[in-house]
Amino acid sequence: MPSLVGSHTRRQQMQPTQNNQHPSRRHRWHLAEALPWVIAVGAYFVFPDYLAFGTQILITIIFAISLDLILGYAGIVTLGHAAYFGTGAYAAGMLSAHLGWNEPISGLVLAGTAAAVMGWISGLVLLRYRGLALIMLTLATAILLYELANTFEDITGGFDGLLGIHISPLLGKFDNDLWGHNYYWYTLTVLVIVFLAARRVVFSPFGRSLIGIRDNVQRMHAIGTPVYRRLVTIYTISAGLAGIAGGLFAQSNAFVTLDVLGFARSGTILVILILGGTGRLYGAFVGAVVYMVVEDELTKLSPEFWEFGVGLVLVLVVLFARRGLLGFITDMNELMHKARS
Amino acid sequence: MSEFLNVVISIVFDGLAYAMILFIISVGLSVTMGLMGFVNLAHGVFAMAGGYATVAIMSQLGIGFLPALLCAGVAIGVASLVLEQTLYAPLYKAGELDQLLLSIGLVFMASGAFTYFFGPDPISVQIPDYLHGQIDLGVRSFPTYRVFMIAVGIAMALGLWISLERTLIGARIRAAVDNRPMAEAVGINVNRLFKLTFALGSGIAAIGGGLAIDILGLTPNFAIQYLVLFLIVVAVGGLGTIRGTFVAALALGIIDNAGKYLWPEGGAFFIYAVAIAILLWRPSGLFGRTD
Amino acid sequence: MSSTALQTSGLDKNFGALRIARNINFELQRGARHALIGPNGAGKTTLLNLITGVLRPSAGRIQLLGTDITGMGQSKRTRLGLVRTFQINQLFKGLSVLDNVCLAIAERTGVASSLLVPLGHHHQVIDEAMHLLHMLRLDGDAMQLVNQLPYGRQRLLEIVIALGQNPQVLLLDEPAAGVPSAESQLILEVIDSLSDDIAILIIEHDMEIVFRFAKRITVMMTGAILTEGTPNEIAADDRVRAIYLGDY
Ligand SMILES: Nc1ncnc2c1ncn2[C@@H]1O[C@H](COP(=O)(O)OP(=O)(O)O)[C@@H](O)[C@H]1O
Ligand SMILES: [Mg+2]
Repeated sequence: MPSLVGSHTRRQQMQPTQNNQHPSRRHRWHLAEALPWVIAVGAYFVFPDYLAFGTQILITIIFAISLDLILGYAGIVTLGHAAYFGTGAYAAGMLSAHLGWNEPISGLVLAGTAAAVMGWISGLVLLRYRGLALIMLTLATAILLYELANTFEDITGGFDGLLGIHISPLLGKFDNDLWGHNYYWYTLTVLVIVFLAARRVVFSPFGRSLIGIRDNVQRMHAIGTPVYRRLVTIYTISAGLAGIAGGLFAQSNAFVTLDVLGFARSGTILVILILGGTGRLYGAFVGAVVYMVVEDELTKLSPEFWEFGVGLVLVLVVLFARRGLLGFITDMNELMHKARS
Repeated sequence: MSEFLNVVISIVFDGLAYAMILFIISVGLSVTMGLMGFVNLAHGVFAMAGGYATVAIMSQLGIGFLPALLCAGVAIGVASLVLEQTLYAPLYKAGELDQLLLSIGLVFMASGAFTYFFGPDPISVQIPDYLHGQIDLGVRSFPTYRVFMIAVGIAMALGLWISLERTLIGARIRAAVDNRPMAEAVGINVNRLFKLTFALGSGIAAIGGGLAIDILGLTPNFAIQYLVLFLIVVAVGGLGTIRGTFVAALALGIIDNAGKYLWPEGGAFFIYAVAIAILLWRPSGLFGRTD
Repeated sequence: MSSTALQTSGLDKNFGALRIARNINFELQRGARHALIGPNGAGKTTLLNLITGVLRPSAGRIQLLGTDITGMGQSKRTRLGLVRTFQINQLFKGLSVLDNVCLAIAERTGVASSLLVPLGHHHQVIDEAMHLLHMLRLDGDAMQLVNQLPYGRQRLLEIVIALGQNPQVLLLDEPAAGVPSAESQLILEVIDSLSDDIAILIIEHDMEIVFRFAKRITVMMTGAILTEGTPNEIAADDRVRAIYLGDY
């Protein structure tokens, strides 16, 4: 069964566009990179009634970026990334509900830290495995956490959810108002910080070595890379960022239920990232916006219509646009350029 | 009979019935993943389709439960070939991520489509009178349907085991699972062999889905709800081994029942804890090849 | 310091009943120019895999520059200066030629664990990579993706990556096989120009190359070492002539 235990990057075409750029220029900012931020700020003024929804999109982008670091760059296939989102969400929620720790920024840092610790500990075990075993283990680990949270309902609130989260105003001034204005800015600021950090990591020699691991792990061993250690490091970072997304989720909703840890969340974030495009950071933006907006519109029509539609899109993406929407757009662009010249 | 013994018997008995459902539905998946290395998250769809087909056939054709089950098995087995040909085959050489995503997509599509046609609510099936009620097996009386379920599961396991061990086709399948290039080199048409086993596995899963309605219930969410469980059974047993799938189904089925009985708040905690422990210890499953 | 760079003693490798390496006692001197020959399937690549840690021996020990490395991980051996190329290209196919080399150099120089400074700011890594690419006349292809490179040039890149690792002991697995002659000449020139401190072991089928390059030759057969000696001794050995040189 070589295709199961061997390299899982064969024919996966997860090549970021920057691979054919000179290393000394690659990390420089391009003008087009301003676009998502212009849109994010513009959306505040254009859709003032949808900012709570906008906040959830921004949170999803952070979560998707965290997954991109391990899946898109390091090639770790996981079906259990909700484990870390959920850890962050419960950490932020329980800090407030049980300890009365209501200050949001420090709460968020602690949420990220808790998830990173969880990622580190589980990563030390999980990343010794590859292929199908790794997929199954990530899946089972997340579900185990879900069942644990369900079991210890006296501290997690179990199936009914964690009540009693009272987050203080941001910086002592800005409350979580009904329309979500302040939390939109708060989340956007966190996204900027997370994105800048992820971008740094991706273009660093460390980040390049992750791509090497994804592309040919055998050669990475041969050039002296401590592969396992690298993977644990990026897994820990990724888990921490997922925890920050989860923490923001808990704070903005002032409520946490078991489904922060659920299989559906792990599956959805994977679909979102694949839809947008892996290994390019911005795929997270495209995937999250398209998925959540379309979901919002279609479920209003009928939920089964949405379910069928998202399944169909996923099948089509795998068969015909494996590099995601963003990859599809860049490919089309190149085609047009070629056709013109 | 002592209370303690009674409890143990109940746990084992209900666990057995549950295990047989897991086995019947998962065994085809084990073959798919073992023979073609295809990570198929959509296998539960065949069981779900089998369940709905059974109910539909009974009401449309006015035939009984058991004949309807067989019809559903055949129909789904044949229909699954279309799916295999059009969607799975192009991805045999792809990475497991692609296969995983494609099959998740199929699960979503199926769930949406079945909701559209059958509605979101659980549906039930009319099982024949002789399978109702209790049956006295000497020591104690047991629910007849579950006894039937266990009997069917054991018969199916024996049947599959014998055909795999004793027939020419079985020998070919074993050869192909064991060493595909070698099997092809000696002239076995692995692709055709696989289509056959794929259809058989889907058909059996469909029968399992029909049988399971009375125990697990049936909603359009079935394939999503039990996706993880079927995968875990196969992974724990080891890909491509009927014996492994059977043992894993037994172990997980009984442990799950025991866990839920002894520690109700623990929910499904045990089954996943045990699965993780086994996979950490033997990443290719209990009976999987370890090289 | 002893004059031995690499030594294996009693190395065995079994796959079930299959014995693909049998009691291999092999020694590579410091600064050696050593060739390993033998028919296809003799176990030459297997020996390299055992030495570099890709395969774990079933029995026996391996010493590198005086250190026992038998149980050591692959990447640790590499960091001690044990470097190899692969008979079947092992390149980063989705990356540019330059990135392929940068990965190796960044790893050797310890830059690769740096998390927050872009690779582009580590000029010494890029400069060294370009210098090595220039040596094998690949600098013109630096920005090509590897999977768009012709096979012969991919073989050159195999060597460049190895050189980027700054080897003390360099193991070359059929570096020139299947390579157009212009490029195989280039490969040989570069190998010839390497420092005398580096111990080089080359697996090669082309006897002309072997006799031109090697000061010592080891012959393998069916998983075991048949004989070892100077080129003249090997050329005169009847067994070697009969089973091996006769083929050529
Ligand atoms: N992983 C493996 N499993 C089983 N047999 C192997 C494995 N690797 C190599 N062999 C066998 O070992 C023998 C030696 O192979 P190899 O070292 O590649 O020979 P050479 O490089 O001298 O041509 C061959 O018969 C090959 O089939
Ligand atoms: Mg060889």
